[in-house]
Amino acid sequence: MPSENQSKPASVWNFLALPNDSTAKTFIMATLVCLVCAVFVSVSAVALKPLQVLNKELDKKKNILQVAGLYQDGDDIEAAFSKIDIKLVDLATGEYSTELDAATYDERKAAKDPALNVRIEKSNDLASIRMRPKLMPVYQVKENGVVKQLILPVNGYGLWSTLYGFLAVESDGQTIVGLSYYEHAETPGLGGEVDNPKWKKIWAGKKIYADNGDVAIKVIKGMVIPGSTGEQYHVDGLAGATLTSRGVSNMLEYWMSSEGYKNYLTKIQANGV
Amino acid sequence: MSNDTKKIILDPLIDNNPIGLQVLGVCSALAVTTNLGTALVMTLALTAVTAFSNLSISMIRNHIPSAIRIIVQMTIIASLVIVVDQVLKAYVYDLSKQLSVFVGLIITNCIVMGRAEAFAMKNPPGVSFFDGIGNGLGYGLVLMLVGTFRELLGSGKLFGIEILSTVNDGGWYLPNGLMLLPPSAFFIIGLLIWALRVWRPVQVEAADFKIKEVNGTEVV
Repeated sequence: MPSENQSKPASVWNFLALPNDSTAKTFIMATLVCLVCAVFVSVSAVALKPLQVLNKELDKKKNILQVAGLYQDGDDIEAAFSKIDIKLVDLATGEYSTELDAATYDERKAAKDPALNVRIEKSNDLASIRMRPKLMPVYQVKENGVVKQLILPVNGYGLWSTLYGFLAVESDGQTIVGLSYYEHAETPGLGGEVDNPKWKKIWAGKKIYADNGDVAIKVIKGMVIPGSTGEQYHVDGLAGATLTSRGVSNMLEYWMSSEGYKNYLTKIQANGV
Repeated sequence: MSNDTKKIILDPLIDNNPIGLQVLGVCSALAVTTNLGTALVMTLALTAVTAFSNLSISMIRNHIPSAIRIIVQMTIIASLVIVVDQVLKAYVYDLSKQLSVFVGLIITNCIVMGRAEAFAMKNPPGVSFFDGIGNGLGYGLVLMLVGTFRELLGSGKLFGIEILSTVNDGGWYLPNGLMLLPPSAFFIIGLLIWALRVWRPVQVEAADFKIKEVNGTEVV
């Protein structure tokens, strides 16, 4: 709290006797107020940082559990999360990698680390993210020792912001269980509707790849007409949010391509998990 | 508690309500009142900021050069808001995610600045602190009232607990979607101010000018 203690020796505090509007006092007061406020703000920011980091991690885990349909309000997140195995996948080969510790791996940090990332060719950069990590974590949801779902982190640019989320896929590497974003800054009520539970429900059961192996999953403009061709690959667009819808569509096209998880998912389709 | 302190805290609740009488801080009142949880956290955050900004500004009021007084006030208010935001992020993460930018926007809430400039610059720290508490609570009172209407009619709940069972969950109540949109808060605040001024006619402002009755070109 900014305050002056007037009982301090006059030599230090004698500027207080200056007229309030003198240039010297204006400068001294401005500096002092800034200094005190800066110390106050930085001390609290540093002191609270560990708790905030913990909250963020829990929130991410909660999102992983939610997209897998394993979370009810009030559940113990850590306990529910113990059902999930984290593995690192080398996207170029589709093989598991054990070079790094999967539990502490942070794909968002890795995307910025020159030693761990790959620059994406401009022509391939559908998601507009410029860099991607070489390794991506894959969260495997197990039931009685059998992998039921794979949860794949995805990210890409919408209208205002990069959207970060998870795509949950069944163990056939083809059928979508859900898509959920844990961080974005799209317009509330328009692009922000990516969080709308009704819209998220549409994703369940959609297929990713067409018969020829191309990425077919797509957010279309308007509503999907039941019975239309490609119904199983198409998802309703968000009204009033063309660019966010396109962003979601592009991001999946990128992450499901051979730049992304395709090599891994093809192996899964062929050999099982 | 002395009578003066009591008056300073209770006055802004009804007789000198920052939203009701001064019509300040309406912007955030529109945004955070869709449910009572966020309204309550916002109330506490704003009360804390107003109280401590009043306290600290009042402590140095005799030494603030008038040329930079608004900037000094803003610096102190902004620092407090950042700290409050950090605390919320650390202890009530979910609610802070819902409140998103609105905590940061307390900086621009006219109530905080208004009390600093109108009260804390002229009064000793103790009373200034209580004035901040009073005004925060006055703001909160309106927020909670508006939030009660909006959450009850908009989603059939209060504090997230179901009161009216909605059609979506197999009940009878069809929620009013307008209540979840900002304009509804405008209507409710308008009606509240109307009701308040009928109850306390002393709060009705004198008209700036009177519309005269005109008969043809002749003023009656």
